[in-house]
Amino acid sequence: MADFIDYLFGIDDSWFSYLVAALVAAVLILHVVAVGALLFIWMERKISGRIQDRLGPTRVGGKFGWLQTLADGIKLIAKEDITPDLADRFLFKIAPYIGLAASYAAFIALPFADGVVGQHLNTAVFFVLAVLGLEVFSVILAGYASGSKWSLFGAMREAAQVVSYEVPLGMCVVVPVMICGTMNLTTIANMQSGFFTNWLVFNDPFTFLTAIIYFTCATAGVNRAPFDLAEAESELVAGFHTEYSGLRWSLFFMAEYSSMFIVSALASILFFGGPHGPIPIADILGLLPTENLGSGSAQAFNENADGFFAAMNVQVMIARVLGVGNLILKGVIGVTLMMWIRWSFPRLRIDQVMTMCLKYCVPLAAIGFIGATAWQYLDLPTGNALVDAPRYEHHEMWTDGLSKNESDVEAEAEAVESVEEVQTPHANDKVTDASSVTVKTVPVSVEKGGDQ
Amino acid sequence: MLLIGTVSVSWYLAVGAVLFVLGAVCMATKRNLLGVLMGVELVLNGANMNFIAFGSKVLRPEGSLGLDGQLIALFVIVLAAAEAAVALAIALNFYNNHNTVDVDRANELNG
Amino acid sequence: MDLIAVAWPYWHQFFFVLFAATAIGFGFGVLLSKNVVRMAFYLVLSLGSTAGLFFLAGAEFVGAMQLMIYVGGTMVLLIFGVMLTAQKDFINMDTHTQDWILATIVGGSLLMVLLFGAFGSEDWKTPQDITDAEVQATKEATPLGLALTGIRVDTLGESTDAVAEGKSGYLMPFIIVSIHLLVVLIGAAYMARTKKLSHATDDKSSRAKLMLFKMEHEEEQLEEEQYVVTHRAKSALNPLDSENED
Repeated sequence: MADFIDYLFGIDDSWFSYLVAALVAAVLILHVVAVGALLFIWMERKISGRIQDRLGPTRVGGKFGWLQTLADGIKLIAKEDITPDLADRFLFKIAPYIGLAASYAAFIALPFADGVVGQHLNTAVFFVLAVLGLEVFSVILAGYASGSKWSLFGAMREAAQVVSYEVPLGMCVVVPVMICGTMNLTTIANMQSGFFTNWLVFNDPFTFLTAIIYFTCATAGVNRAPFDLAEAESELVAGFHTEYSGLRWSLFFMAEYSSMFIVSALASILFFGGPHGPIPIADILGLLPTENLGSGSAQAFNENADGFFAAMNVQVMIARVLGVGNLILKGVIGVTLMMWIRWSFPRLRIDQVMTMCLKYCVPLAAIGFIGATAWQYLDLPTGNALVDAPRYEHHEMWTDGLSKNESDVEAEAEAVESVEEVQTPHANDKVTDASSVTVKTVPVSVEKGGDQ
Repeated sequence: MLLIGTVSVSWYLAVGAVLFVLGAVCMATKRNLLGVLMGVELVLNGANMNFIAFGSKVLRPEGSLGLDGQLIALFVIVLAAAEAAVALAIALNFYNNHNTVDVDRANELNG
Repeated sequence: MDLIAVAWPYWHQFFFVLFAATAIGFGFGVLLSKNVVRMAFYLVLSLGSTAGLFFLAGAEFVGAMQLMIYVGGTMVLLIFGVMLTAQKDFINMDTHTQDWILATIVGGSLLMVLLFGAFGSEDWKTPQDITDAEVQATKEATPLGLALTGIRVDTLGESTDAVAEGKSGYLMPFIIVSIHLLVVLIGAAYMARTKKLSHATDDKSSRAKLMLFKMEHEEEQLEEEQYVVTHRAKSALNPLDSENED
């Protein structure tokens, strides 16, 4: 992007183009957060209405009331920004922004499609989880700073809940990371290209279990019903945001809805193929010919303007748009599922929430982890092997350039061989391990493709 | 001055040193048990900064500690988390038994 | 247009100054703030900025780890502690002036020594150039993970004695740390558990027994001092006795 602007202006390494590129990316992600929240709140109203045999909003903005949220937003902005007398003013005012910043920052590493990502991180899974975990701070600060008992109670409950649910959540996320041998979300998504049988959720029964546990823990992690004790209306008025009004209050909601979307999108990338649809339309239509992408890949896209134009060909753009559409669709489905759950199940008590986490989710996640490991280790057939579906080679666009280039790999292999010659039996074991592991992690496509 | 030069390891070390000293002073001056704990966290963080700086191949392609720096930083972080858990348990116990978190009043074993 | 065309390859420096300033600034916030909760908040921001510095130095995994464990885990625990103990008397605690003076002197001299050390070596002071591709190559997390399982990809070529014997990996420390964490988990849970005797037991008789025990204890002490007070304690003890019987 920056290089493209450089190219447009005929300049090199300018501060201006970096700034513009960063701003464009930031504004795009901001739209996902803000427009997403608008859409989700409207959806929530409609869905809850339908589930309770009502109509939901019908008037504002035509037939389906789809402008209702916008109207509400304008109302909220116009409202007075109240700070209670007992509040710790500074923390009270800053708390909503922290929550929004945390869930916004998690989008940095979330790939919407191959090459459509804010910042390509090698440890993207980890980063997203870590940043999402920061959201609980806004709740704790809001609860403490409000100077109200309801808020404090709500915040304490949420803190206990989120911290405990991070454990099974992390254990579930480790399973796809282990199967794919990388924490890079783009690579994980690309390894699930092809027909839907190749999605990790169908990899083996244990990943299926893990996907379900992940979704449960993610629902708890973003404080959605039936785990929304932090804002239990019947006991705590509105929980941690009891004392908030106007824009600050709506910021909490934007943060909640965007983190719902993030965990759903993460679920879709980790287990449900991410930007790859159930049927690989782009592959079948030949939109992603491997040979074209070899040099004009996203790596080159970032390196120079020529690469940018090479990668800008229409077919690739269409494939990317398809990918983004797929991912967003899957994310929205996940969010809808959360809403469905919210309006179907009664709220749990705090002890039930803790029991659920410690007595059910953690052991089940552990079983899933151990089972999936054993499945990989014993080399049992995956879902894709059972169905006779053609498997399309995935295109490691980003990762090609980022993983070691060929000469490095060769040098490494030589090094491995040379060390293998050392005749200590113990060392021999180790090094054979090393070579097998490195082979497994770098060119995974080769190994998996051979299964067919 | 810094903005027109290139950042070297020394500047990272300097930041680490400042954090370390801030943490040490925090440990020395705070009367709140939890404040002392926060000082410890700052100190560990300052030390970690040194490991990262020396282990960074970005800052020093030649002569860097390489992976060792990052790995030791990882261990420091893990141990710091363990330390915080135990220290918090001690703090809660102290509060239960003495009804205060003022470290100056933790002098019962004084002869 | 001329202004736009200025090449400015100083993003590393820019972000370094940004993160370093926030880290140090909020570090001072921790030191100077009197309110415990605000101290915790400033500490979170300071640690977060430090994570930014880690990212900048190419240690992405450690940076994310810092965010996840330190900021996400430790700080929540810390805030927990703050809330359980944050009462009006303890929330603001002043430091004695002599403490401040002493700490500033000692800390200042320590800082001088450390800074002298940091800028003392010519090797550390001179920045080294690195290309973008090399920067990208350093950000791999796979070697880190392999090193934790005992395989050092980066030293494979060296084939020194230590490598040959498989000693250069971090498998052993890794296992020790994991066992250590388990011990800490159990230990912390044991120490922080609710004491059955202190309060909040539903068992009526045990609560009564506890009160009795406390009062008897009190009584023993008091007997040595004053008969009158003991008498009063005994009279207070009587209704409890009867309650204990049924």
